[in-house]
Amino acid sequence: MGDSDDGIKSERTVFVTVGTTCFDALVKAVDTQEFKKELSARGYTHLLIQMGRGSYCPKKSTGEDGSLVVDYFTFSSSIADNLRSASLVISHAGSGSIFETLRLRKPLIVVVNEDLMDNHQSELAEELAERKHLFCAHPQTLFQTVASMNLESLLPYHPGDAAPVAKLINRFLGFPDD
Amino acid sequence: MEKGSGCCFSAMTSNATILVLVTIITVISTRVLYIMYQSGKPLHNTAPQSVSTLIVLGSGGHTAEMLNLLSMLQKDRFTPRFYIAAATDNMSLQKAHSMEKSLVDMTGDEALESAQFMQIYRSREVGQSYVTSVGTTIIAIAHALWIMIKIRPQVILCNGPGTCLPLCVIAFLFKVVGIRWSSTFYVESIARVRRLSLSGLLLYKLRMADQFFVQWPQLQKKYPRAHYVGCLM
Repeated sequence: MGDSDDGIKSERTVFVTVGTTCFDALVKAVDTQEFKKELSARGYTHLLIQMGRGSYCPKKSTGEDGSLVVDYFTFSSSIADNLRSASLVISHAGSGSIFETLRLRKPLIVVVNEDLMDNHQSELAEELAERKHLFCAHPQTLFQTVASMNLESLLPYHPGDAAPVAKLINRFLGFPDD
Repeated sequence: MEKGSGCCFSAMTSNATILVLVTIITVISTRVLYIMYQSGKPLHNTAPQSVSTLIVLGSGGHTAEMLNLLSMLQKDRFTPRFYIAAATDNMSLQKAHSMEKSLVDMTGDEALESAQFMQIYRSREVGQSYVTSVGTTIIAIAHALWIMIKIRPQVILCNGPGTCLPLCVIAFLFKVVGIRWSSTFYVESIARVRRLSLSGLLLYKLRMADQFFVQWPQLQKKYPRAHYVGCLM
């Protein structure tokens, strides 16, 4: 059965990351009671928010009353460990965050920041969502996305390869093929 | 009668001036067009030993993508390496430096320590007024010119940040003037699925890159002279 001897539930962490940007709309969206209740209902125990340059600070919670444990920080030199120990990742649409998460085979929801001018980032998120490698949402639609998501429907992303480019560059310069 | 011959003479000199100007413009235009259509043709019949390489880094995913590409290139062929990033970009040069250092540590080859790292002024910061941008762009171009004269790389690798534009334009002008023929390779960022970036669009339309790579098939359809190479990440 589920419970171990000392009654500790296994941790399932939702990690939210905005990279080096300011994305208050996302932090606010995950900090609502409604959203946190939905995460708890889905079996998540912890919510960790990397808020970057944002000015909105979420409320911390120790989860003593059985609710979600909430914590946050601004930056870290590497979020690799946070990604590795997460059960679900909610990220801004930066390509670095996206591919780092996909390489680790973590379920990913990408939230597009509508306040950014010339939002080319949404192209990548939409394309990968079409190919079923992740879910794509806006801060206002994040709740519906989490409420209705089926993680089983996600397809693993096979990392790309720079070898074809290297080959073409080498050939152009006259270097012999390896 | 003197008035008449005076008029004839000044008409002749102004005709001559016009003729000279037209000739100069024609020669320059022909040369520029020749260079534009010559780009994309491999240079050497025999392989060089190694090529000096200028690598343009950029904030956001640009540096990560560039370092990923570099990991597939043989370091003894692309050397000496010059890394360049915008003056306000702190992380990129650090990342490149770590990568180079780990190469030296891994192989113990002291020759790999030849990599150089430099910064270039940005033409325009995010949100900067367009009026002051004129001045800063001129400074950026002058700085790029200085750097290119110092390095004169044989290969330029870039993947989209605005910092690459002054450098690529100057490399192109060098070709027009016949100073140094550098091969420019442009890999459009993986984040560009349906539209090219501004840098990419300019380099593609003006044929300033020798080889132009895109990572998504949608772009290859729109820009047929680009090489589709799939996702690098």
